[in-house]
Amino acid sequence: MNISQFLTIFISAVFIYNVILSRFLGLCSFVAISKETKPALAMSLAVMFVTTMSSILTWLIYRFLLIPFHLEYLRTISFILVIATFVQLVEMIIRKIAPPLYRFFGIYLPLITVNCAVLGVAVLNIDMFFVKGKAMEGSFYYSVFQGICVGLGYTLAMLLMSGIRERLELCNIPKALKDFPLAFIIASIMSLAFMGFNGFKF
Amino acid sequence: MEILIPILTLGFLGVIFGIGLAIASKKLAVNIDPRLERIHGLLPGSNCGACGGAGCFGFAEDLLSGKAKASACRVSQEEVKERIAGILGQKLEKTAKLVAVLHCNGGKKVKNKFVYDGIADCVAANLVLKGQKECVFGCLGFGTCVSACPFGAISMENSLPKVDPAKCKACNKCVQACPKRLFTLIPSEQSVVVSCRSLNMGKDVKYVCPVGCIACKICEKTCKFDAIHVLGNLAYIDYKKCTSCGGCVKVCPSKTINILAK
Repeated sequence: MNISQFLTIFISAVFIYNVILSRFLGLCSFVAISKETKPALAMSLAVMFVTTMSSILTWLIYRFLLIPFHLEYLRTISFILVIATFVQLVEMIIRKIAPPLYRFFGIYLPLITVNCAVLGVAVLNIDMFFVKGKAMEGSFYYSVFQGICVGLGYTLAMLLMSGIRERLELCNIPKALKDFPLAFIIASIMSLAFMGFNGFKF
Repeated sequence: MEILIPILTLGFLGVIFGIGLAIASKKLAVNIDPRLERIHGLLPGSNCGACGGAGCFGFAEDLLSGKAKASACRVSQEEVKERIAGILGQKLEKTAKLVAVLHCNGGKKVKNKFVYDGIADCVAANLVLKGQKECVFGCLGFGTCVSACPFGAISMENSLPKVDPAKCKACNKCVQACPKRLFTLIPSEQSVVVSCRSLNMGKDVKYVCPVGCIACKICEKTCKFDAIHVLGNLAYIDYKKCTSCGGCVKVCPSKTINILAK
C-alpha cells in the first residue's frame, strides 16, 4: 500500500476512466437529472454515498463470506442486495431531511439501485484488487478509495453537464434538438474530450 | 448439501439487511398527517403557484398549518374547494372568479421601428430599445405569455395573444411574465375591456397605432354609471361599477374599447 497507488486510483477513476464519460455506466440518471445544477449535485452526493458504502460492504462480503465458501459466482446478486439496501437507506434519509428534494428525484432515486455505475464500482474493485481469488495488500483501502473516486467522477460529469445545460436553456436552439437530443450530443462531445486523458500512463 | 451453503449465505445476508432496514425505517419514520395526502389528491396538481404556495404540495402543507385558506386556490372548482375546507373543518369563503385580459389591440396594425433578430422572447426583445414596435407600450408578439401559461389558455392569433376564458384560471403567471404588463385580471362576468396601455398623448398614439386610446374622454362622458375614467392619457374601467352595457364601446372613436367574445 503506497500513496502513489492512491493517486493513480484517483486520476484514473475521476478522469481517465470516468465512470460516465469513458466507461458509459449510469447514463440514465446522468441525462435525466442534469438539467439544473442543484439537483444534479444532490444526486451526485447520493450516488457517492452509495458507491462508498457499497464498496466497503461488498469488499467485506466478498472477502469474508464469498471467498471462504467458494461462492464467487454469487457476486452479482449479493452486491445488488447491498446496493439496494443502501439506496433504501438513502431514500429514507432524504425523505426525512429534504422532502422537496425527495419529490424532485422521484423515480431516479430508487433507480440508483440499478444504476450500473454503482454495481460497476463494486465489480471493478473485485476485478482490480483481488489476485487469483486473494485480496492484495491494502486492497480494502483501495476499494473504499475507488468507491469515493468513482463518486467524484460521477459528480464531475454531472456538474459539467448540468452547467452546460443550464446555459443552453438561454440559447435559441432548433426545436427538434431541444432537451434530450442536444443532451445526447453534448454527452458524446464531452465523452470525446475525456478520451483525451486516455494517453496518460502511470 | 452443496446447495445449502449458497442458500444459507444469501439468506443470512438478506436477513441482516432486512433487519437493518427495518430498524432504519423506524428511526427515520416521517410522520405524515393523513389529511395531507387527501388534500393533495384533491388539488389540481398543476403546481401553478397562484395561491402563493410552493406548488400544490406546498399549498396543502400551508393549508394544514393554517397559513393558507382553501379559497386561495384559483384553479380548483368550488365544490372541490368545499371538500378541502370540509377536510380541514373550515367554511369556504366565496371568491369571484377572475379571468386574464390583454390590454393591447395593436399587433400587426403597429409597424416595427427596426428588425429585431434576437431571441424570440418578449422579455429579451424588450431589453433592446423597449422592443421593435413603434408603440413602446404595446404587445411585442413573441408569445412569452403563451409559454408562461401553465394551462394552455393563451394562444397567438394575428400576432396578438388571445386568452381562452374557459381555460384561464387567473393564476397571474401571464401578468408577471409580460414585460409590458399588458395583462390584468378582471371578474369573469365582466366583458368590456380597454385594449390599450399607452400613456402617450393622443396625437402620439394616433401616429403609431390606429386603435390606441387617444384619451378623448368621450367614453367618460357617455358612461351613465361613472365607471370609466381617463387618467394620465388612458381610459380605465372601474369594474365595481361597470355593467357591461357597451355604451362606451359604441362611442369610442378609435375602437379601443372592446367587448370580449365569450
